[in-house]
Amino acid sequence: MLAYALKRLLSAVPTLFLIVTISFFLMRVAPGGPFHLERPLEAKVMENLNRLYHLDEPLWRQYFLYLSNLLRGDLGPSFVYRDFTVADLFAAGLPVSIQLGASALALALLIGTFLGCIAALRQNSAADYLVVGIATFGITVPPFVVAPVLSLIFGVSLGWLPAGGWGDGALANKILPVLTLALPQIAIVARLIRGAMIEALRSDHVRTARAYGLPTRIVVAVHALRAAILPVVSYLGPAAAALLTGSIVVETIFGIPGIGRYFVQAALNRDYTLVMGTVVVVSLFVVLFNLVVDLLYAWLDPRVRFNA
Amino acid sequence: MTGKLIRLAAGAALAALLASAAAAAEVTYMRGNDSDPETLDQHKTSTVSEANILRDLYEGLVVQDPAAEVVPGVATDWQVSDDGRLWTFSLREDARWSNGDAVKAEDFVYSLRRILTPETGAKYATILYPIKNAEAVHAGDMAPEELGVAAPDSQTLQITLENRTSYFLELLTHQTALPVHPASVEAHGTDFVRPENMVTNGAYTLAEFTPNDKIVLSKSDTFHDADNVAIDRVVYIPFEDRSACLRRFEAGEVHSCSDIPTEQMAYVKDKLGDAVRIAPYLGIYYYAVKADKPKLADIRIRQALSMAIDREFVAEEIWAGAMLPAYAFVPPGIGNYPQGASADYKDMDPLDREDRAKELLEAAGHGPDNPLVVEIRYNTSENHQNTATAIADMWKAIGVTTTFVNVDGASHYAYLRDKGDFDIARAGWIGDYSDPQNFLFLVKSDNSGFNYANYANPEYDALLDEAAETSDLDARAEILRQAEEIFMRDLPYIPLLFYSSLNLVSDRLQGWQDNLQNVHGSRWLSLAP
Amino acid sequence: MSLAEEPVTLKEPVSGRSLWQDALARLARNRAAMASLLILAVMALASILGPALWPHPYDRVYSEYVRVPASLEAYPHEDRIVPEMQRSLARARVDIGAVTVAGDTVRAEISDEEPIDPRMIRYVERSDLFSRVRLAETSADGRSAVLEAEVARLFFIAGTDGNGRDLFARILMAIRISLAIGLLATAVALVIGVTWGATAGYLGGRVDNVMMRIVDILYSLPFIFFVILLVVFFGRNLVLMFIAVGAVEWLDMARIVRGQTLSLKRREFVEAAEALGVSDAGIVRRHIIPNVTGPVAVYMTLLVPKVILLESFLSFLGLGVQEPLTSLGVLISEGAKNMQGASWLLIYPSIALALLLFALNFLGDGLRDALDPKDR
Repeated sequence: MLAYALKRLLSAVPTLFLIVTISFFLMRVAPGGPFHLERPLEAKVMENLNRLYHLDEPLWRQYFLYLSNLLRGDLGPSFVYRDFTVADLFAAGLPVSIQLGASALALALLIGTFLGCIAALRQNSAADYLVVGIATFGITVPPFVVAPVLSLIFGVSLGWLPAGGWGDGALANKILPVLTLALPQIAIVARLIRGAMIEALRSDHVRTARAYGLPTRIVVAVHALRAAILPVVSYLGPAAAALLTGSIVVETIFGIPGIGRYFVQAALNRDYTLVMGTVVVVSLFVVLFNLVVDLLYAWLDPRVRFNA
Repeated sequence: MTGKLIRLAAGAALAALLASAAAAAEVTYMRGNDSDPETLDQHKTSTVSEANILRDLYEGLVVQDPAAEVVPGVATDWQVSDDGRLWTFSLREDARWSNGDAVKAEDFVYSLRRILTPETGAKYATILYPIKNAEAVHAGDMAPEELGVAAPDSQTLQITLENRTSYFLELLTHQTALPVHPASVEAHGTDFVRPENMVTNGAYTLAEFTPNDKIVLSKSDTFHDADNVAIDRVVYIPFEDRSACLRRFEAGEVHSCSDIPTEQMAYVKDKLGDAVRIAPYLGIYYYAVKADKPKLADIRIRQALSMAIDREFVAEEIWAGAMLPAYAFVPPGIGNYPQGASADYKDMDPLDREDRAKELLEAAGHGPDNPLVVEIRYNTSENHQNTATAIADMWKAIGVTTTFVNVDGASHYAYLRDKGDFDIARAGWIGDYSDPQNFLFLVKSDNSGFNYANYANPEYDALLDEAAETSDLDARAEILRQAEEIFMRDLPYIPLLFYSSLNLVSDRLQGWQDNLQNVHGSRWLSLAP
Repeated sequence: MSLAEEPVTLKEPVSGRSLWQDALARLARNRAAMASLLILAVMALASILGPALWPHPYDRVYSEYVRVPASLEAYPHEDRIVPEMQRSLARARVDIGAVTVAGDTVRAEISDEEPIDPRMIRYVERSDLFSRVRLAETSADGRSAVLEAEVARLFFIAGTDGNGRDLFARILMAIRISLAIGLLATAVALVIGVTWGATAGYLGGRVDNVMMRIVDILYSLPFIFFVILLVVFFGRNLVLMFIAVGAVEWLDMARIVRGQTLSLKRREFVEAAEALGVSDAGIVRRHIIPNVTGPVAVYMTLLVPKVILLESFLSFLGLGVQEPLTSLGVLISEGAKNMQGASWLLIYPSIALALLLFALNFLGDGLRDALDPKDR
């Protein structure tokens, strides 16, 4: 299994290389540059800046410069946050995003599984409809509506929780952002679990287990859930990568210093190095999580074997 | 379960509160800022949000008091030679850097040379071109040592200018003229801005900088006026989302916001009353017209377009009173300019203006059979969009068809700068210093970077040149007024609105005075319990 | 050979037809799904015909009614009529006497030092509050007159936006655009995804490896970045946005179809066709694609809401459709900014979006249940 994992990681190298190349050139075709601001810069200033950041060199040379720096683990300086390197920005922001994302994921799994099980066990009952209704609602309301509404209710009107800010990671500051992030995930997990659970409850081995007279609780917990969790696991791969690398909406609205907003901010600011850094980090996460999902899958479902 | 969660949260908050209470009765000012600074290196900065922070960290030769009047800073007094070119500043003896070093005239010499050295990559160095040889040094044609700054002794600084510059003191209040601590810059290079390295000479020092989260300043003990600085800690919080600041203000988590969501202005005024501070500001919101394009070259067309705009409607309804209608290009109340020019249709009724606009268009060859079609380009923003929509509707009334192009900021400004083939483009300008020259120079024919309109009028250029050479301020103001009159006749830019500064200021925050330049140094403020 | 092929091709449509008939019958029994279908039909119809039939055009600016709340009562409110008439007359620079309102008619006495120019009524006509303005009872010297006008009763059942446009008309338009974006993007995803997935799954081996590796690469590309760049390159072109979104969303489709194809490939009827020498393209077209229709149909009904949500996210970033067009995403993100001052701007578009997405989701669920008899 270790050999398999290593092989998978190695085979990701060309993938990453391709992604870096595509993104690098795509970014450079976009009109405008990092120094096109509302206040136009004098030609002289622009020239000096371009020279400082090697933007006056031919594109292919810039590309090789970037690649060779990347191989040495150097993501370069940020063009727009000029006091920081891209690595600095990620060092500060990534832990924050991971904390939030992991909490949201855990919450979504917990509540989503619970709701999904209830719905599946009482299929077509009022409880089932309620869960399906809630789940649909969860994916219907965009987070940019949920976030300010939560902040207004719990932060401004009731005053129970901070209306925004990170507060150096205080628990109270995390509750609303985590909730906002988790809501759509809860909905999706609940739906997935419900569907898979209904199927699993009808499967032969669960029927057999029931026929042996095992209590429903144990049958559900041990046998059905184990089968039902499979689609969730495969969904979670990409979802986890997206959650852990932050959410633009939640971070801007609650003022969280994560890395989610760099996706958009950097692209709009033409902060070339930061964009590339983001692409690299996100791609790494996706590759990693796809691998984790595959390993988990194998662990949960003995029918899957590695063809190393 | 929820109840428990809340108790838990309340417990955590209480613990945090007790911990902070233990650290004596430290006064912390939570200050909302527009965005994070790109850099805290004063020589590389260009934005207003950077200026706010740097003003607290450093003290220049002169500073702005709560009313934005120029008052002595590191310099206690100064003399100007008769030809207006040699300025001699006497520096205060008790000025100290935060590491205890004395602030010397040599530090200013070092700083001014540094910003004009090409390798520094200063975005705003051009603002200091009035200093002798600055342009040549910045172009790399002269050594930095040839810049017109000198320190005859540690307490005296001499600055020689290229020409008489009536607004030179105003210029020195800009963040680009703030000093750096030479020894730290030499020792740490670009890293001198890090909290552990930064040495400042202002009321505060940098304690912490977490991008997208907060910048913490703490009071400097070495500052000469430290006894009168009431706030111990200033926490700058960047707000990309103006509504987020509003919510945190309402929740009592921040003491001031540097912007207000105009969409919610009616609600905000109603709910927060006196905390809402709307004051005239040194800025203009305008539509640049490609003046050398055959379609728009006829002055009558540009006048008709300008005339048909009901600016009162845009200011009151679209911007909810957060802007003022502009019938001139230079904002009212600016220094050295008692009375500016303004369009003669300012007081005309909108419907009469429409009639006249139609006549002008007809005279220029446009009628129902041959309607004028224009395209408005603007950068993505709901307010810009609503403004463009409203103006298109007004132009429809005079038979002009309008289309829109909406692109992101970087593309928009790159397009303007690269002389893209636009008809009409949204732009804005915030003055760097309080002088009409800082507005009127935008469309000088040799100002390639700012003159989006490609406007070239020798008469206009000559007036601006003449004003630069005029020492009598009244005569100079009159010449500039004539220039503005030409501007309003030719309309290379159609002025739409004067900006207002919008702030939310808690009633606990005292000493805050609304002013034209929207500068509010934390050292002048205090926080009531 | 051609003889032998017949029963093979015949077999599939026969079983397919009955499968679909069964499925449709099951779908018809699903009340939630049928209700959703009805709602969808009503919304689609309203969005297609509505903008033409509704009294307010979606881009008409009522400058006297900027940001007025939703109300089932007609505007203007009574207390605004007299001041508005006085304001209009003041602009015409005449002296204003008594202004009275009787029912729907306003009468204003006016006078001037010079004879009154009848063209002055346009100052009143221009106001959104009045219609059928006329000068009645002009005195002999022409210096005083009575101006009469009808009060124009306008209904804004969902209020107006920050430019003074009727929100309901804009919602109708927005539903049209959002649905169009959803459907078109889904169609693009469908075409690319099905072709790609079926080809990869059917051909297998090295081709499959390469094709799926490409999918993996695209998966790892942060799609937001991708869409932003596309919007930046090509401007806010509506068609382009469909294509951009579709071009991102086909990946899941390709995976699903490939998985299905792989399992189908081992089924008897495909092996039989293969043994009979039917070309690869023929097998994909005749056997694989029809048999993956079920899962694909389900995925499609769920992709449409996903695309609509994605579009709303782009609108939040300010990259939505271009004025004066609008979409539900644009309306909601504007509404979210106006939440505290003008809640109707958020509430009504949100209701429209929620209805649309609920209906699509329930329809998708119903379809899946119907196509998969195991679930019954």
